[in-house]
Amino acid sequence: MLNGGMGNAVKKSMEILVALGEIYGSDRLIDVSSVQVAGVSYDNLGDAGLEFLADLAKDGQVKVLTTLNPAGMDLENWKNLGISEDFAKKQTQVIEAFSRMGIITTCTCTPYLIGNLPKFGDHIAWSESSAVAFANSVLGARTNREGGPSALAAALTGKTPNYGMHLDENRQAQITVEVKAKIKDTSEFGALGYVIGNKIKNKIPFITGIKEADLEQLKSFSASIATYGGTALFHIKGITPNKTKKPKEKITITKEDIESALKAMNDDVEDIDFVSLGCPHASLKEIEKFAGLLKGKKVKVETWIATARPTKGIADMAGYTKIIEDSGAKFACDTCMVVAPLKGRFKSLATDSAKSCFYGRSKNNFKMRVGTIEDCINAAVTGKWKSNL
Amino acid sequence: MIIKGRKISKGNAEGEVLISDQGISFYGGVDPATGIVVEKGHPLEGKSVKDKILVFPQGKGSTVGSYTLYRMKKNGTAPKAMINKETETIVAVGAIISEIPMLDKLEKDPFEILKDGQRVKVNASEGILEVF
Repeated sequence: MLNGGMGNAVKKSMEILVALGEIYGSDRLIDVSSVQVAGVSYDNLGDAGLEFLADLAKDGQVKVLTTLNPAGMDLENWKNLGISEDFAKKQTQVIEAFSRMGIITTCTCTPYLIGNLPKFGDHIAWSESSAVAFANSVLGARTNREGGPSALAAALTGKTPNYGMHLDENRQAQITVEVKAKIKDTSEFGALGYVIGNKIKNKIPFITGIKEADLEQLKSFSASIATYGGTALFHIKGITPNKTKKPKEKITITKEDIESALKAMNDDVEDIDFVSLGCPHASLKEIEKFAGLLKGKKVKVETWIATARPTKGIADMAGYTKIIEDSGAKFACDTCMVVAPLKGRFKSLATDSAKSCFYGRSKNNFKMRVGTIEDCINAAVTGKWKSNL
Repeated sequence: MIIKGRKISKGNAEGEVLISDQGISFYGGVDPATGIVVEKGHPLEGKSVKDKILVFPQGKGSTVGSYTLYRMKKNGTAPKAMINKETETIVAVGAIISEIPMLDKLEKDPFEILKDGQRVKVNASEGILEVF
C-alpha cells in the first residue's frame, strides 16, 4: 500500500497513518469498522482543501462505512438560509469529491443517530470531537480524536494506528469528579461539561452523582466537555458502559459552579436576532419537543433547527416538520451555526448548547444567550431573552 | 555539523532558519494568502514563514490547520521545511499532505544550536539536518 501499488490515494493515506503510528509509538495498524470524516465546510477547507479532496477522489475508494461531518450549508435548502451562490457552488464540489470516494454524504455530527452506530469495543476512526467523546464514552467504541485528513486516510485504507484510545491502559479514569448538584436539561448538562472540561482539560474523568441522563443530555455533555476540555473519553458511574477504577484524586462540582458557568456563557443582551437549536444535531425526540412548543405560534427572528437530513425525513413523516415550518422556523439540515458562514449576519444568538456558545463567540463574535429549550423557543417567538436564571 | 533527527515528512530543502519558541496554530494563526503570522501576541506576529526553515516546538489549535498548510503550499506561502521539538498530529499530517520536508526529535536541542537567519539543509528523507 505504501509503495503506490494500490494507487495514489492509498499511498498518501498510508504515509499519514504510518507517520502517526511512529509519532505515537504504535506497534501496528489495526482494522476499523467505521469512519466519521470532519473538515467538510468549504468555509474551513478553502480551494486548496477542495483540491486535496479532488486529488484523493481520483483513485480513492473508502473501505468501510464512512459518514461526513456537517457542511457549510443545507445541501438542498441553502438559498432559504441566506447562503451565496458562489459558496454553494464550491461546497457542492466538496461534497461531490467525498461522494466519488464512496462516502455517505449525510453531513451530520451525530452519525450514531442515523445508522453509523458502532457497538461496544469496536475500533473506529472518527473526527468531530463531540462524536468522538460520545462514541468512546456512551457507546464504548474506541477512537482517537482524528483530524479530517487522518480520518479520511483510515477510511481509504480501513486501518488506523494502534495507540491512545484503542488501548485498554489509556482508557482508565484519571480523576474522580463528584457532582453535588442536580443536573437537568441539555443546557445544564452543557454547563456541567463546561465546568468539568475547564477544570480537568484532557484528563479522563470518573463522574459520580449523576442519577440519570438521557441520550440528548449525554449528547450535549459530550459536545461541551470536548469543546472546553479536550477529553476524548469520560466515565459516568451507573450510566456509561466502560469499566474503570475510581481514581483517588478528586474534585467536587457544586450547584454554584453550574450557576457560574451558565452566567459565564450568558452575555448581558436582551434583544435576540438569531435562535439556533440542534447542537449537536437534534434527535427525533428533540424535534418532537420543538414542534410541541412551536405549535400554533409564529417566530419573530431567524430560527434554525439543525439536524441530519435522515432525521428530518422521519420528522416529515411524523408531521413535526409541518408544525415547525408553519411557525416560520427553518430546518438547517447537513449544517449548523458552527460551520456555516454566518459572521456579520447576526448580533445575538440564543441556544441551549454550550458548544454553540463557544463557536458563536469565537468564530462569529455573537453576543450569547444559553438557556433551556423553552427559553430559546420563547426568544424565537418574542425576539427577547427571558430566563428564570 | 550534521544532526540526526526523526523523519516526519520526506524530502529535502535548504534555506534560512526562522525560530519560534512558541507553538503555531496554522488555522487562524497564519494567513495562508501571505504566510504571515497573524496570531496576536505571538513571537512571530507580523513575520512571514514563507520559504523559511521553520523551527517551532509543535503545532496547536484546530485540526483544520493541516489543510491550512496544504493551502499555503499551493499558494507558495509555505515554509520550505519544518523542524519541531516533538511534533503532533496537526502539523505532521499537514506536512505529509503538503509534501513539506519535516523532522522532529533532533539529537540536539534545536533552540540551542539554531539561530534566525542561519543557513541549513534539511534532508528529511535521511533524517538529517545539516548546519553550515
